[in-house]
Amino acid sequence: MSPVTTLAADAASEHRTLIITLFAVFVAATLVITVWAGRQTKDAADFYAGGRQFTGFQNGLAVSGDYMSAASFLGIAGAIALFGYDGFLYSIGFLVAWLVALLLVAEPLRNSGRYTMGDVLAYRMRQRPVRTAAGTSTIVVSIFYLLAQMAGAGVLVSLLLGITSDGGKIGIVALVGVLMIVYVTVGGMKGTTWVQMVKAVLLIAGALLLTFLVLLKFDFNVSDLLGSAADNSAKGSAFLEPGLKYGATGTTRLDFISLGIALVLGTAGLPHILIRFYTVPTAKAARKSVIWAIGLIGAFYLMTLALGFGAAALIKPDEIIASNKAGNTAAPLLALHLGGVDSNWGAILLATISAVAFATILAVVAGLTLASSSSFAHDIYANVIKRGQATEKQEVRAARWATVGIGAVSILLGALARDLNVAGLVALAFAVAASANLPTILYSLFWKRFTTNGALWSIYGGLITAVGLVLFSPVVSGKPTSMFPDVDFHWFPLENPGIVSIPVGFLLGIVGTLLSREEPDTAKYAELEVRSLTGTGAH
Amino acid sequence: MATDAPPPSTEQYHLPSTEEFTEVQESAEFAELRHSYRSFAFPLTFAFIAWYLLYVLLSNYAGDFMGTELFGNINVALLLGLAQFLTTFLIAWWYARHAAAKLDPKAEAIKSRMEGGA
Repeated sequence: MSPVTTLAADAASEHRTLIITLFAVFVAATLVITVWAGRQTKDAADFYAGGRQFTGFQNGLAVSGDYMSAASFLGIAGAIALFGYDGFLYSIGFLVAWLVALLLVAEPLRNSGRYTMGDVLAYRMRQRPVRTAAGTSTIVVSIFYLLAQMAGAGVLVSLLLGITSDGGKIGIVALVGVLMIVYVTVGGMKGTTWVQMVKAVLLIAGALLLTFLVLLKFDFNVSDLLGSAADNSAKGSAFLEPGLKYGATGTTRLDFISLGIALVLGTAGLPHILIRFYTVPTAKAARKSVIWAIGLIGAFYLMTLALGFGAAALIKPDEIIASNKAGNTAAPLLALHLGGVDSNWGAILLATISAVAFATILAVVAGLTLASSSSFAHDIYANVIKRGQATEKQEVRAARWATVGIGAVSILLGALARDLNVAGLVALAFAVAASANLPTILYSLFWKRFTTNGALWSIYGGLITAVGLVLFSPVVSGKPTSMFPDVDFHWFPLENPGIVSIPVGFLLGIVGTLLSREEPDTAKYAELEVRSLTGTGAH
Repeated sequence: MATDAPPPSTEQYHLPSTEEFTEVQESAEFAELRHSYRSFAFPLTFAFIAWYLLYVLLSNYAGDFMGTELFGNINVALLLGLAQFLTTFLIAWWYARHAAAKLDPKAEAIKSRMEGGA
């Protein structure tokens, strides 16, 4: 084990009681919220949409809590700490993407759907095939995203408790899995929303604290901070310029563009984000949630600059890499260094920031699980298997069982992705969402001629292309940093498939529509269009 | 048929028929609402995506320009990145203003008339 990991573990072990207490307090508080919310969950609208009674501000906070995942906190800070400016692209892409949601998706979606993304995709299409497709892509995107959160959880634990054994890591991943099952099955959307609100406040407070301490070290002189980061990184001014990670070859430059496109188009196709817009009473409130989310998320991503460059300035890069190859531990290590490596403050700060990161992971994981189990129950079970004949009770019961199943799957997958940068993993989920979901959402809402066939081609085509290219990319095999470093079956050179799979998803929607002899349902489109723009019939 | 049952609502409202929806969709009033929404949202979407892609391409292929130091260690790249934040905030604010002034009144008028059953 490397010196700093040992330091962190030593500091942590002296204060293990504190760490465990902080974790336990958060877990206990969220369980109380969950049980309280569960008591108020009476019908399907409560379980899926939290009763639709949250305000725009509350939902904006919860959206931020749902969105700022381990990728944002651990992943971006780590990417900036190791690659300087290139890590910052994540912050920018993750934020700018919200404009797609604001301008094109959030309000029409709130007006025309009820519980799931599939409600909107299947609105004017043949229900069973389109809902099957929507449910499949919801579950696939959510599982990619879950993988990243589980990787983050494993990383935190090995840092904090010095556990490097697989048993210990699997233990903690299992704990996260069990907690998320409890949150979702007991608290439904109401409980999940409150957990996400609490987490958003904690995360922003934690980031503010670290940002303040970093800036304090440099007398609030940002230029000095950047200068020290550049010097300490041993890369000089190149550290502050684009190109350190992605500028090496023509291929890596292409990868950068691919990542950029996936980030900006992915957000508005993420099912766990989209279903949050059903928790407010009107489209206006949905708009307000996005505006609040843009403000909060934007402020947070600005702080990632201070966290990432702060870590680069105050910690030797080798120490960051030694602790976690992908840099995922940069933020907690920064907390330790800011407080003082050998001091109580360092350990207390490390424990606090780690507890915040843990809270972050739990809240996002709950949102993801809810999105995928809702889609399974509402789209696949109720509308495909039961052909719309399931009672509300049966549907919610199916959702609860699906939660248990998805929890189990993510626990199993959690151990695989330890050494991948969690921001990179999440970027894959974004690419899949942008390829499989976004084209159909946009065509459904805005293109009169669009048909069932077009929707199926686009969803399955985008999904298979994106996932297929990831499978044969260096993320999975062929490189020391791959998921399976010892085998090599990669032929696709890029880590992010977006630049190919997103245009494929959009194109197949058009081709599938033009090739089908089926007439679009114009009456249904009239209903969808009027409803999505005016909210008529949406309550 | 739980999935097709109307969601719980305290107010009574009229659910318009297919014919009513089609009629409204073809009305001049709705065309105006659609126009003031699309003519704002669509060009703006293309504009901010183009501006973002320009930024990505500059980062990729104009390293020297991006590395130009402006004051202290603050270079063009950092400034353009921060400009992306600024434009995002501004566009969000601008759209909220447009929607409140131009879209909401029209949408509410259509909705209340349709649900009123008149």
